Amino acid sequence: MPEHEAGGTPTLEVRDFLRRRREQIAQRWADEPLFRTVFTVSRDEAVEAGKAVVDALAQVADAHRVEDPDAAGFTEVREQLARMGATRSRAGLSTTQMSSELAALLPPAENLLVADLDQASPELLRECSVTLGVLMGTLRLVAMQTALSEGQALIDRQRLQLLEVATPVIKLWDGIVAVPLIGTLDSARSQVVMETLLNAVVDQHARFAILDITGVPTVDSLVAQHLMKTVAAARLMGAECVVSGIRPAIAQTIVHLGLDLGTVKTRASLADALGYCLHELGANIVNAVPDGAGRR
Amino acid sequence: MSEEFSRTVAGHVPVLRLGDILLVTLQGDLYDSAAQQLQQDLSETIARSRVTGVVIDISGVEMVDSFLGRVLAEIAAQTELLAARTVVAGMRPAVAITLVELGLTLPGLRTALTTEVAMELLAQPVVSSRSGGLRQESP
Repeated sequence: MPEHEAGGTPTLEVRDFLRRRREQIAQRWADEPLFRTVFTVSRDEAVEAGKAVVDALAQVADAHRVEDPDAAGFTEVREQLARMGATRSRAGLSTTQMSSELAALLPPAENLLVADLDQASPELLRECSVTLGVLMGTLRLVAMQTALSEGQALIDRQRLQLLEVATPVIKLWDGIVAVPLIGTLDSARSQVVMETLLNAVVDQHARFAILDITGVPTVDSLVAQHLMKTVAAARLMGAECVVSGIRPAIAQTIVHLGLDLGTVKTRASLADALGYCLHELGANIVNAVPDGAGRR
Repeated sequence: MSEEFSRTVAGHVPVLRLGDILLVTLQGDLYDSAAQQLQQDLSETIARSRVTGVVIDISGVEMVDSFLGRVLAEIAAQTELLAARTVVAGMRPAVAITLVELGLTLPGLRTALTTEVAMELLAQPVVSSRSGGLRQESP
């Protein structure tokens, strides 16, 4: 056991300890649930990952920034922590459980620290162990930060995807397009709906555009305003807008709220709306067989 | 200012007569003075000759501000007084969105997707257009 000067500050002491015991700490950590479950292929891989984390901690301690999650030393392990976090959350662990798994890394390191500094004064040992605890706490914070930002990035990505997926424009007939709206309409979505619908009106030379709100759970004054805007914009381009799929509950809500949809053509179902548009286009639907069984 | 400047900026927008219909095509940026000049030209032409409809094609216009929006609405209103109908044709989606966001839904204005559709619209008898074939909205 190499001698070390008792005069060093606890932070530097911890740094020296981390550098000296790098291999042993990594070996111990590799047996902890966090590393064991993430790096299932080989133990060596887990040990390597553990070493990377130890190096990062030593670097942070070297910079005297044990309490700073933004310390430069953490940047290199951030990606690895994100990968570990993603693996653990795929396994069904909550962020809290992940956090306690990270906390479980502290006792093995602390045991090693106590064994390593058996020559030192109890005073220094205590301070070193506190410093190590703070350092591990900061690591936990970094891991949590990474996990949260990963989650946020995922949500942002999915929101964009949802915008694309949720607004298909369907051509129902020559000159008639329809947008079935599913889910809650907010400002961003209604903007996308408006743009895609108007572009479809140009592309398809549509005289009629049907907005089907069967899948819209509730209509409040904001949603109604978005609908009116879309209808007005379509009208400015020379297409007539019909709003269909107004369920009885929604009709009641609209009346209760006192919303004025007076300028908007409304129909109960998409079929009714299509029928209206076809009639306006001058197309009539007749049964091929006058006495056919399918007559309604 | 040079002569060229006054011709392009304050100059006339050509008004073409096709039978009973006047066709106006707006291109690019339309300056306020030109828009007002057009408004005046149109009312004089309609009063002089007995046209029944005006088609304003704005498919070449990238941007419509509140002033031009109001001029369009005024042209429609004044041609109505002179017993003719105005149809604005070919508005771009971006322009339509801008106008709606500005709160200019131009309720009294007749619109059509293309000039062709606008011509068809004007060919229809007046009665049918009043009774729901066109959207007559109260402001």
